[in-house]
Amino acid sequence: MNGPMIRPYGDTTGDGRVQLSFTLPVPFGTERERAVAEGAALQLAAKMGLEPAMVVHAKGMGPAFTFFIVYGRASHLVDLSEVVVAEREFPVLSAAEINLRIRSGLGREIVVLGACIGTDAHTVGIDAILNVKGHAGEKGLEYYREMRVVNLGAQVDVADLAARASAERADAVLVSQVVTQRDAHLTGARALANAFGTRERPLLVVGGPRFDPTMAAELGVDKIFGRGTTPREVASYLVHALTGEPAAARA
Amino acid sequence: MTSQGSKLGLDPDMVRAARHLARVAGQPIVDMARSHSTVSVERAVLRLAGLDGADDGGMPWVNRLVDAVRETTGLEHGVALPAWDALATGGYPGLAALASDAAAGQVKFRVPEGEGAAAARAAARAALARGFAAIDARRAQRESMIGETSDPPRPWIYLIVATGDIYEDIPQAQAAAREGADVIAVIRSTGQSLLDYVPEGATREGFAGTYATRENFRLMRAALDETSRELGRYVRLTNYASGLCMPEIAALAGLERLDMMLNDCMYGIIFRDINPRRTFIDQRFSRQIHARAGIIINTGEDNYLTTADAVDAAHTVVVSQLLNEFFGAEAGLADWQLGLGHAFEISPEVPDSFSLELAHAQLVRELFPDAPLKYMPPTKHMTGNVFGGYLLDAFFNLAGVMTGQSILLVGMMTEGIHTPFLSDRDLALENVRYVARAAGQLGENFRPPPGGFVQQRAQHVLAEAVGLLRRIGSDGLLNAIGDGTFGITRRPADAGRGLEGVFERAEGYFNPAAEFLEDPATAGEGRKS
Repeated sequence: MNGPMIRPYGDTTGDGRVQLSFTLPVPFGTERERAVAEGAALQLAAKMGLEPAMVVHAKGMGPAFTFFIVYGRASHLVDLSEVVVAEREFPVLSAAEINLRIRSGLGREIVVLGACIGTDAHTVGIDAILNVKGHAGEKGLEYYREMRVVNLGAQVDVADLAARASAERADAVLVSQVVTQRDAHLTGARALANAFGTRERPLLVVGGPRFDPTMAAELGVDKIFGRGTTPREVASYLVHALTGEPAAARA
Repeated sequence: MTSQGSKLGLDPDMVRAARHLARVAGQPIVDMARSHSTVSVERAVLRLAGLDGADDGGMPWVNRLVDAVRETTGLEHGVALPAWDALATGGYPGLAALASDAAAGQVKFRVPEGEGAAAARAAARAALARGFAAIDARRAQRESMIGETSDPPRPWIYLIVATGDIYEDIPQAQAAAREGADVIAVIRSTGQSLLDYVPEGATREGFAGTYATRENFRLMRAALDETSRELGRYVRLTNYASGLCMPEIAALAGLERLDMMLNDCMYGIIFRDINPRRTFIDQRFSRQIHARAGIIINTGEDNYLTTADAVDAAHTVVVSQLLNEFFGAEAGLADWQLGLGHAFEISPEVPDSFSLELAHAQLVRELFPDAPLKYMPPTKHMTGNVFGGYLLDAFFNLAGVMTGQSILLVGMMTEGIHTPFLSDRDLALENVRYVARAAGQLGENFRPPPGGFVQQRAQHVLAEAVGLLRRIGSDGLLNAIGDGTFGITRRPADAGRGLEGVFERAEGYFNPAAEFLEDPATAGEGRKS
């Protein structure tokens, strides 16, 4: 414990006051039910470290649920010296910043080629990243004015992909691999790297729910994205790798 | 609407000009749709004729049969002639048996001529007559259910469920209806719009949504019928037709009495990179089926405002609505079936943003006085500050009530954070109820002064829409889409998904479903034969 030590602030230093809302699967009909429900909410608050706590609002939702708003005093202390900040190799930027950095850094649009390779017909992942519709509230790469996106869809042969990348002068190739039977995703990623060779190749980016993001070097690609990746993260990485330190990114 | 009845002082000549230009832009697309067909249109014919089910790998029999015909005789004459010819000459008990043999490569299809063709046509018409009778019966059943319960007053409260598991969706939908929802929408699994087949059966796994299948439709409709009776109020069910299987999903929706369907003329093109020709051909046929089934369509103009700025792009919404209206009416949809979409998406940082929203919402209300407009809540500027979001949703509800919107999609304070909690929905409905109670009569008193900010803004957006329609009319709609006029993406007419499923109709093309849908007189003859 090195400190500084802090507590939540309501209106007085050190009062520890916090606000919380949640639902419990209990009825809120009869007087007895209401008493039980509020008692249950206070018990939960106490177990969460809020003591004393006060139910300021409770409302039955249908016959079996009750919604609560609770205020209480957090009994926990926060030690700022123990806060760990995850360092990311690149900053996640807004769409406007990404477009601006492409314009100022490259002076031309980025060409991005996307595909599912081999026998993989699951385009959900690549479409979520590329389609304007996007994913998780973020628009796909097609939305970025400074990116030209060519989505080749499913079951693309890696040799065809390499030829098309050359024809389109692609800056980056995005491949999504969902099928993992007999490690098809790993085999596919290696085949991708082999098809492109090592010199004068676009940035190779692979993604899928079962990939281990630390395996990029081993598989011979530049970057691996795992489950839950959003389009903006991919776009931010591309900008970082293509306009930031290109030599380092491709080493 | 006359300028006298208009709160916005709209020039009736300009409104007429806008409609005329939409027709000029849309007519070549209709001509193209009338001379072409797609694999999904042909599969819908088979579905309407009663072919259900799938092979061991889950591929529907309609896909297997259409593919088999395509690989042998080709589809240019339609699937019906070769299929019903083979059905009779091969002595099959039904289409499923034929499809099974065809999938195994054991059927020699031909395009019959003379008496063989006449026999195939008659048999196909009889099968389709039964299909349309089933759809007509569902429509009548909806009417009697509404009579037995009641039709809720507008605005209809529209709520979404999306667990991925139909058996979880059902209790959530029933709970939402009990809490006040008039319309339940079951969001589809991510990416279903890009599947070139309709999955089969009840499904319990999906990505951020539940697959649209005939069995899922049936289960949910049955559950909501039970709840409608319990509440004495008819609860409508919505799903999504948009995507590569628009015609087929429209057929299944009609057969299982869904009440509203998302069906936009350009959404698949712009946001899903589906080939423009495929989309327009599929769209026309699917809307003809919706028209017959008494289904209200919902269009997707709200999507434009999530990608482009809601002030700058306001006129693209109006242009798309006019196109959707033209295409919809041409396909036989009545005004009461045109749930044109728009959204409350102006940045709250913009000065007078609420006045601008009122101008846009009132403009759409006056342009389409008889359409059940669907108004979508803010999503783009929901930041994760749930308290600020709750306030923004209240302003959305107020704009909706003041401008007489017909269907309000209920905004969630946790938009963009997670799929709604039970409590999120409950709080959202409390918000709607409060605003409707507090400001229900305010629309009557909303009279923007002549020449004032709101009137000027509405007139400006309409003028911009007319300008854009004029440009589309001279460039051609397919070229305009190819140039990136809508959304910000370029979608060339010869690119995008599903193009390989488009073909030109040959002389003698026969589609027994289209006969019923295009020309009721011919359909009458079909029933006799």
